[in-house]
Amino acid sequence: MTTSPITRKRVRGGVGDSPLRIDGIPKVTGNFAYASDLYADGMLWAATLRSPHARARITKLDTAPAYAVGGVVLVLTQEDVVGRPGFGMHVPDQPVFADGECNYWGEPIAVVVASDLPTAKLGVEAIDVEFEELEPLTDMEEADARDSQTRRMKIRRGDRDVEGAVVVEGYYEVGQQDQAPLGNEAGLAIPDGDGGVDLYAVSQWVHSDHWQIYPCLDIEPEQVRCHPVGMGGAFGAREDVSMHIHLCMAALRTGRPIKMMYDRAESFVGHVHRHPARMWYRHEADNQGRLVKVEARLILDGGAYESSSNAVIANAAYFAVGPYRCDNVFVDAVAAKTNNPPAGAMRGFGGVQTAFAHESQMDKLAAELGLDPLEIRLRNALGRGDALNTSGQLIEGSLPTAELINELDAMPLAEPLDSDDARHLPGGTGLTTDPRHVRRGVGYGVTLKNLAFSEAFDDYSDVRIVLSPIGVEVYTAAAEVGQGMVTIIQQLAREVLQIEQVAVVWADTGVIGSAGSTSASRQTQMTGGATHQCAIELREQILAEFGGDDLSGEGVWKDGELIVTLHEVCESGPREHEIRYRHPETFATDENGQGDAHPAWAVAAHRAVVDVDPELGLVRVVQIDAVHDVGRLLNPVAALGQIEGGTLQGVGLATLEELVLDRGVIKNANFTDYLLPTFLDAPHVEVKWVEEPERWGPLGAKGIGEPPTISAGPAVAAAIRNAIGADLIRVPILPQHIVGA
Amino acid sequence: MIVSFTVNGEERIANVSGPESLLTVLREELGLPGSKNACEQGECGSCAVVLDGAVVTSCLVMAADCEGSEVTTVEGIGSDRELHAVQQALLDHGAVQCGFCTPGFVVTAAHLFEENPHPSSDEIKEALSGNICRCTGYGAIARALEELAEGTA
Repeated sequence: MTTSPITRKRVRGGVGDSPLRIDGIPKVTGNFAYASDLYADGMLWAATLRSPHARARITKLDTAPAYAVGGVVLVLTQEDVVGRPGFGMHVPDQPVFADGECNYWGEPIAVVVASDLPTAKLGVEAIDVEFEELEPLTDMEEADARDSQTRRMKIRRGDRDVEGAVVVEGYYEVGQQDQAPLGNEAGLAIPDGDGGVDLYAVSQWVHSDHWQIYPCLDIEPEQVRCHPVGMGGAFGAREDVSMHIHLCMAALRTGRPIKMMYDRAESFVGHVHRHPARMWYRHEADNQGRLVKVEARLILDGGAYESSSNAVIANAAYFAVGPYRCDNVFVDAVAAKTNNPPAGAMRGFGGVQTAFAHESQMDKLAAELGLDPLEIRLRNALGRGDALNTSGQLIEGSLPTAELINELDAMPLAEPLDSDDARHLPGGTGLTTDPRHVRRGVGYGVTLKNLAFSEAFDDYSDVRIVLSPIGVEVYTAAAEVGQGMVTIIQQLAREVLQIEQVAVVWADTGVIGSAGSTSASRQTQMTGGATHQCAIELREQILAEFGGDDLSGEGVWKDGELIVTLHEVCESGPREHEIRYRHPETFATDENGQGDAHPAWAVAAHRAVVDVDPELGLVRVVQIDAVHDVGRLLNPVAALGQIEGGTLQGVGLATLEELVLDRGVIKNANFTDYLLPTFLDAPHVEVKWVEEPERWGPLGAKGIGEPPTISAGPAVAAAIRNAIGADLIRVPILPQHIVGA
Repeated sequence: MIVSFTVNGEERIANVSGPESLLTVLREELGLPGSKNACEQGECGSCAVVLDGAVVTSCLVMAADCEGSEVTTVEGIGSDRELHAVQQALLDHGAVQCGFCTPGFVVTAAHLFEENPHPSSDEIKEALSGNICRCTGYGAIARALEELAEGTA
């Protein structure tokens, strides 16, 4: 043991800092490897034959002509699936390839493996396939009427006979939004030569992929290893299996590495989308604007297969009322099953749809009562100690709704338009808007979202920390989709261990247990919580063994003196620790939707300021003021990035983005016709935080991924209504909805 | 056909069979995957390169038309050891999340700053309006480039 005069240094890049992200340099230089950049010696390419019909019987499927194309080595169809015939996030209801019939436009029918991608595509064209077209079921209400659904949810809380002094009713629709991550689906599967396969494909949750893949291949679980890879965004689109099983089958059959890469048009059918929704609402309040009763009927179109629809519809139902107190709530919600492309996870996950409806209803109530929109929300603000309006669950954790509303109210309002510079007018440099006709509007959105997985799901994250003389390694299978999880893990490990050198090791399914999904705003709390707890336990073990009272990059300290160096600590035995971190247990609700379904919630409050040209129907979203419930702010730059980015996705849904379907066929599966917000569409965003620590998770931090997207849309919709004085019942709000409204 | 052209200051030769885009040749033949293939329709800017002095979406340029041309890709703008000022600014301001759009932003912004060292906020937004970012909401990108525009002497 040594003693030394070394002084204890405070570590840089801990909690509350915004250290540079370690993958930032290769990303700005173009050297970062995304799934679409992967390459292996001797690799073959594969391409997919997809259904041209929303519903059809396959009357002929002859793959022989594909083999006649020079360079084609293999064609796979459902007949080649040796194990379980299907897959799915929750239930394996989707066949690996269409099994005699196609249930949506774009459903995979066959995969052709060839020497290169153009040859594989020629092989796809050569397959001789014939169909008998069947009448598709593409209307969600018709599906509901025919009882074609994957889940019905019922909320029955309180007394249906109570009546309020004021009643407002409304019908609302939300169009179908695409996640549109810039990186398309891509992956590489490499056979291990021993009957197994290593898969490097886009994923928000490699263990879920693993659980879905190996039964279809009929091999042992450990023979498939799913590896985290570089991804160009996700936003829900990377939760479901797409090409994964196809890649593994092709690699095992050919004994060669296989690469697949969808192009943008194929990507639009290669992943699930946000559920479009139709919603009927009736709110009753007393003379003071306090909610007395809320009744709602919700239909979300889940498309042809279940995916995560059953969790999405539950969220829609549980968050049908928003962050407001109400003791009498009655909701009927259904996830319809149709022949539209499957819907599943997208940022906000059921909450986005109902937020548009309940916030529209709150504005209607305010108008009816002559109350300020924020005042009516404040009078009803839900908080710690209240019961969740739908499930009746006691809110034990943090929920500072009233504080957020007050903070938002105190933020200065955007400057009035004082420019005839076309760049600042609705429609921009098209020079079509007369500045004198521009009307300004202000609107609000206050919303609620659950954090992490609910309804009795065994939700956990495994983390292993290995200490060496040169620093710390944190092993996790959590998916870094761009959000900056890598930095949060480093910061939390540094904060506890006071060692600056922290490497995050993205481990595959063969190396470490599940980190759970990078979704439901959960990784900061779950894998962040696991990292924090694992580091605390490792630190305590080391301090106990050496009789110290503090640990740092120098070693173990006692009473301000260094008593053993880190090198000596590591030489005396392997220094590693692994934990499985869980959030507080949740439970399935009863037949009335009552029970403790959620581990935590977050609120968000947004104010939108818009300029509208009512004659041309053009909108410019000028500014969004946003107050967010972060529990504890771990990384200000990363949190700001989540809020600004999530906000713009909400603005996109409110003003631009919608998949257009005609009898189940997507008509705008490209970026020319599916419009995404550009730099010129992006509002200025002002952000404030409220820090009320959560009862679990690292240092009280809460997830921040989804709330900005949920709140921004309703605020923008309300602002446009405020500008033009019309009822707008559908998002996106397009020029044709504004002109003459 | 054989196409010879200059890429990032080096003479390169590509064997082009027909309709391949410049983007495909850069990525699949010349070992330069930094230019990204997000839409391959000229809408998102993630494949932006400088071609004979102008920013283009390389997905819409036929490689066969590039005989004798000079091309600069993101790989030619800075290196991991010596970042271009635009790259450093984006990094410092947290303007990189998934990063798939970043090469296109780097190429387009570096070209803007070469032509106009002190662009206004409006000029920055206009110049980059052909580059789509799905993660950041553009806020951090704006802050990074606005600060660079003010600081460039």
